[in-house]
Amino acid sequence: MADEVKLPADSFEPLDKSKHLDSEKIAAPNLTFMQDAWRRLKMNKSAIIAMIILVVFFVLAFGSAFFSPHNPNAVNPQFANLPPKWPGININGVNGTLMQAGTRVNAYQAAGAGAGVHYLLGTDYLGRDMLSRILFGTRISLTVAVVATAVDLLIGVTFGLFSGWKGGWIDNFMQRVIEIIMSIPTLVVVVLLILILKPGMMSITLAIAFSSWTTMARLIRAQTLELKEQEYVLAAKTLGESSLKIAFKHLLPNLSSIIIIQTMFTIPSAIFFEAFLSFVGIGISAPQASLGTLLNDGQKNFQFLPYQMWYPAIVLSVIMIAFNIFADGLRDAFDPQTKG
Amino acid sequence: MAKYLLKRVFYLLLTLFIVITVTFFLMKLLPGTPLQNQQKLSPAQQHLILKQYGLTKPIWQQYLIYVGGVFQGNFGTSFQFSDQPVSYLISSRIGPSLLLGLQAMILGVVPGILVGALGAIKKNTWVDTTTTIISILGISIPSFVLAVLLQYFLGLKLHLFPIADWGGFAYTVLPTLALAASPFADTARFTRTEMVDVLNSDYIELARAKGLSKWGVIYHHALRNSLIPVVTIIGPLAVNIMTGSMVIENIFSIPGIGEQFVKSILTNDYPTIMAVTIVYSVMLMVVLLITDIVYGIIDPRIRISGRSN
Repeated sequence: MADEVKLPADSFEPLDKSKHLDSEKIAAPNLTFMQDAWRRLKMNKSAIIAMIILVVFFVLAFGSAFFSPHNPNAVNPQFANLPPKWPGININGVNGTLMQAGTRVNAYQAAGAGAGVHYLLGTDYLGRDMLSRILFGTRISLTVAVVATAVDLLIGVTFGLFSGWKGGWIDNFMQRVIEIIMSIPTLVVVVLLILILKPGMMSITLAIAFSSWTTMARLIRAQTLELKEQEYVLAAKTLGESSLKIAFKHLLPNLSSIIIIQTMFTIPSAIFFEAFLSFVGIGISAPQASLGTLLNDGQKNFQFLPYQMWYPAIVLSVIMIAFNIFADGLRDAFDPQTKG
Repeated sequence: MAKYLLKRVFYLLLTLFIVITVTFFLMKLLPGTPLQNQQKLSPAQQHLILKQYGLTKPIWQQYLIYVGGVFQGNFGTSFQFSDQPVSYLISSRIGPSLLLGLQAMILGVVPGILVGALGAIKKNTWVDTTTTIISILGISIPSFVLAVLLQYFLGLKLHLFPIADWGGFAYTVLPTLALAASPFADTARFTRTEMVDVLNSDYIELARAKGLSKWGVIYHHALRNSLIPVVTIIGPLAVNIMTGSMVIENIFSIPGIGEQFVKSILTNDYPTIMAVTIVYSVMLMVVLLITDIVYGIIDPRIRISGRSN
């Protein structure tokens, strides 16, 4: 005979219901899409460092509109081409001396500058303070890049959404248009547009925007083609939503990660184009300065006054590197499935 | 394949035609004539010079003449160098540009593939980190900054190479390095991504399971399969090099078409600007066409036979 299991009587008493209310509860907080991306981004140390560097540059560049060490356009021929001088530090390179014909000369003394005159990054050939000019130039470079990217975004997203949503011959036609634009080198388009719009900040911004939206448009179109087959879009259509409303309420939120990632890659390329054009001499014109024009000015004297080229070059390179690393980080954060 | 090719060539010609038309009418919108010291000339003299350039005819006639000329290789007469046909300006200058471009392409792509593959094989080690840093630097630092740095250190300080001008092979070294940096970085990044993907695929597992040696798997299976998509970035790389060449040729005083382009922009030499625009577009379109065809040939999974559409 099998052993009889003796169960105590209280085993059959019902449990208190309120004790198990938590069993279905999700302990972790419910993260939105943005919070989730931010959580992943925070784990990427280099991206966070890049972000901080970018924030610092933006604050310095735009803050210099209010607090600038000197007026970036104030010409002071007496103090032309002075090397960097930091108060109280006596290391060659930042003590106001430079090599002239093989000997080290105190340029500040030679220019008759008093003991209280310091230019942290030196002055240019017109005696303008390099630090102020670099801040000013960075501000213009960043402004051009950000505005150009915003316009690029507007054109690219609208074009891509429309093309993908409409489909059929409209899509086909719009894709041919993109293909044709893409088979002309971007720089040639930019140059032609600048020639027509007359060189200046406005035209350079528009030229960069008009020639770089194609990548965005293609990405958005490809994704839209996929999204419009989704059930929720069908549901919205069935309920009689207008196309415009579907685009804004259903498609755009789902496209946001692509848009954010692509934007972050567009900004550095816009910075590059602006610097490139200004360097060649068809971009920002005097008295305005951008990193490109500063590089161009610095290059003329590079052999003897290398600091005039070094600092703008360093600033431009650091901004580009930071943007690229940050963009890589954002891509991994927003789209963890893509390989990278 | 033949049908596909025909279609592509048709689109190429259509694009070329549109490029010619658009640049022609854009240039007509611009102020500026071939006349120097315009105020000093009498109207009769002005008319004579304009007539010499064919600018007195109605615009549509000028357009037809221009289009007809382009397809025969005649791009008109330069405004900047009087009596100099633009086609001569370009043909005499295209050599150095092509040479530099090819050298930069090879110097960029081949090491780029090797470095990218190495990064993928040694994923998440210091090798990978180093190659990633190098490629981020290559992508971020503008070619003209790099060019000046090379000029300063390798040319001026170490006297290894001439800092500018155009002569023998030594003169091409610095500009080629400056131009190759960005294609190198792009290729390395792209190859790494592809290779990481391929190394995770099933057929690599199978090859390993069969007991193939590590490098056998990498060479025969992984590298070959990750190289196929690399062909697709040749087009963008060509654009990259063309863009770079404009400023690099200027920095190193190389008599190429990039330098000519910048010069014509600064002097409003419209016929030359138009011609260089067309030449650049043709070069890019040809590169794109060739890479598409090559892609179809080397990847049996993508047979571009027209049924894909």
